[in-house]
Amino acid sequence: MSAALWPPVLLTLQLAAVTTVILLMIGTPIAWWLARTPRAWKEAVAAVVALPLVLPPTVLGFYLLIALGPGGPGGWLAGLFGGRSLAFTFTGLVIGSTCYSLPFVVQPIRNAFEAFGERPLDVAATLRATPWDAFWSVAVPLARPGLVSGAVLGFAHTVGEFGVVLMIGGNIPGRTRVLSVAVYEYVETLQWREAHLLAGGMLLFAFVVILAVRLIERRSVRWRP
Amino acid sequence: MEDDGGGRRGGASARARLAAGVLGLLLAWAAPGVLRAEEVRVAAAANFAAAAQEIGALFAAATGHTARFSFGSSGQLYAQIVQGAPFDVFLAADRRYPQRLVSAGHAVAGSGFTYAAGRLVLFSAGAVRVDGRATLARGDFTRLAIANPQLAPYGGAAGEVLGALGLAERLRPKLVYGNNVAQTYQFVSTGAAELGFVALAQVIGHERGSRWIVPPELHSAIAQDAVLLQRGAGNPAARAFLEFLRGPVAAGVKARYGYR
Repeated sequence: MSAALWPPVLLTLQLAAVTTVILLMIGTPIAWWLARTPRAWKEAVAAVVALPLVLPPTVLGFYLLIALGPGGPGGWLAGLFGGRSLAFTFTGLVIGSTCYSLPFVVQPIRNAFEAFGERPLDVAATLRATPWDAFWSVAVPLARPGLVSGAVLGFAHTVGEFGVVLMIGGNIPGRTRVLSVAVYEYVETLQWREAHLLAGGMLLFAFVVILAVRLIERRSVRWRP
Repeated sequence: MEDDGGGRRGGASARARLAAGVLGLLLAWAAPGVLRAEEVRVAAAANFAAAAQEIGALFAAATGHTARFSFGSSGQLYAQIVQGAPFDVFLAADRRYPQRLVSAGHAVAGSGFTYAAGRLVLFSAGAVRVDGRATLARGDFTRLAIANPQLAPYGGAAGEVLGALGLAERLRPKLVYGNNVAQTYQFVSTGAAELGFVALAQVIGHERGSRWIVPPELHSAIAQDAVLLQRGAGNPAARAFLEFLRGPVAAGVKARYGYR
């Protein structure tokens, strides 16, 4: 594998790792709230979270380009650190990827939280566990397969992202030129050998991810009392 | 993205509409004295989009044929044509891709000609004041957008300009790359990048922002070639379109969009 192929691969893994950590930190409380709250309008929140499933990446990319730019909240945020815009930055890609992959993380975790019902938490409460305690020592272990599926899907979906990154990234080598964009460019410039190497690697990666998620789900079903 | 064309299936009304459509087609076919109008499918470089649409409308009015356009970067369109995309005519943003198509047997030999010479412009929507090459030398901006030089001739020309001004090394960390000149313009016009090198054709219609029309001696000419594709060889509309593209009416449109 030639040396030029590595930077996009490493950058992509870096982006996916950071995004996955943030997705778990944001997605888990959202999933918990969606699974537990009795409020009727929670489905409206769930619908907002799920929007990226339906919207074309171009729509999301277009809004993000404006939101991250100098006239949007991203520009304001960048201003605090002496920058001008979050478009064309790694941070911008992390924000975009987080929006784009959120439903893939929230849905499996929410399902897992809903699956074990109220009873384990009631029991924990009668044993005088605080809600915080109950969450960490009862809910999280019980929902672990869901959390793992969510993390794997969030990671994989970020690796596979293309349209959003193309629109907000600016294709800067080593900074925003991720794997999918590199493949696209190799195909366009007729460097098919490089394109084949990266594309073949992605194919294998996708297969392994899907297989892993299936195995995790099967194991969790078997373990369910 | 797939077009979900057959999404709705009404019963009787759909059948009625179908019948009306078939009847309409039959009438159009049988109507005497009407020239058989054909369609020409044109793959065109993104920088030429606005001018092409206008030329297409004039072409339709003049000949009764219709031109249907697909816009993209020349590299992308080239790859699609090689893979058998149904285009009759290719309007590239350079000379290399049409020549390659001819030598690979995808385009008709001898049919190529330069239909436009593009002009490069340094443009800002308002974030900075563009007042000539001094703007680049000052460097008081964070992002300079150019089209990807690997894919787009306007990007290659922009790179040459930076080289000619001796600024290539200094400005490299500030460069962001659009996939083609259309995306580059999008970066600049949304303000995400303060300024960028775009096609004059993209900014000539409006007065917004500030611009510097790059002197042509700073980069090699952006000669854009058109070529008749093998699929369009037997399509009279395709030949008529290329003829029209060479003619005086199209020349007027091209001049208005800043092509030479």
